[in-house]
Amino acid sequence: MSEPRLVEIRRNVLRQNDFLARSLRERFRSAGVFVASLVSSPGSGKTALLEKILTLLQPRFRVAALVGDLATENDAMRLARSQAPVRQIITGTVCHLEAAMVENALNGWDLHPLDFLFIENVGNLVCPASYDLGESLRIVLMSVTEGEDKPLKYPTIFNSADVAVVTKTDLATVVEFNWDTAGKNIQSVRPGMDVFRVSAKTGEGMNAFLEFLASRLKESRQPANV
Amino acid sequence: MHELSIAMSIVEAAQEEAERRGGLKVNAVHLRLGALSGVVKEALLFSYDMAAHDTPLQGSRLIVEDVPVRVFCPKCQAPRRLDSVQFFVCAQCGTPAGEILQGKELELSALEVDE
Repeated sequence: MSEPRLVEIRRNVLRQNDFLARSLRERFRSAGVFVASLVSSPGSGKTALLEKILTLLQPRFRVAALVGDLATENDAMRLARSQAPVRQIITGTVCHLEAAMVENALNGWDLHPLDFLFIENVGNLVCPASYDLGESLRIVLMSVTEGEDKPLKYPTIFNSADVAVVTKTDLATVVEFNWDTAGKNIQSVRPGMDVFRVSAKTGEGMNAFLEFLASRLKESRQPANV
Repeated sequence: MHELSIAMSIVEAAQEEAERRGGLKVNAVHLRLGALSGVVKEALLFSYDMAAHDTPLQGSRLIVEDVPVRVFCPKCQAPRRLDSVQFFVCAQCGTPAGEILQGKELELSALEVDE
């Protein structure tokens, strides 16, 4: 009988994705386009928020979107109403976007004229957390109808995001949404996280969020401090 | 549920590393799995046999080492272990601590092979 032996390795399992994401990030940076992704559970209002963002940013900026979905092109059709260029990524059975899917979807697309590119992930609060897409900002959404404890149930994705947006604020009173509890829960899993409150339906809170995006774009174009 | 695709990546990576070292016969694959990796250990273990089926790693075991989250406490100015991923506070002084030092690992750490 031979003796078992341990061979040390040290290799990141998602090395290929991380490598691709880094090269995408470099490509976005050199094209001067600011890339933000949206993650949430299904039905939190990613597409509604994105439609509003694309429409409202367009007078000032050149915007585009990639949208991931398991099976349909419905979201891309909805977003196309904003007149912004939109491409759909149909993932089939895959429950999240990966860097390679983003790269494929960008094939032949000149990014230089763009200011913003938004990537809408598949509705899922678990799997997208593990995959870097090369974005500079990850936005996690939770709607008031989902309850205040979403961050505690899905701490990993909230922790992987840079900013939280609470959506459907026009329904907050009806569902007796507790803002203090929600705020505490978000800060508990991601201390210091910026939180925005918006209603894509009424437009409430949209201006503050758009100003935040515009300031992030401006920052990203300033030469890095040496 | 993306653990099956993660398991397939693990098998692929382990196979590559074994081949690169002259075609080692792998009995077990050691994985470091962070509490913030976004991967569920039980689902991963469940998927591993399926992923290894019909590959040179068929019959090998997956051995998972849980890696807890460590954060830097801005008040203590020291690394601290996090008790729960739901509460990013220093276990010693209760100060919110968001700077992650460890806990996102999804890393092949070793191969157990026949000598």
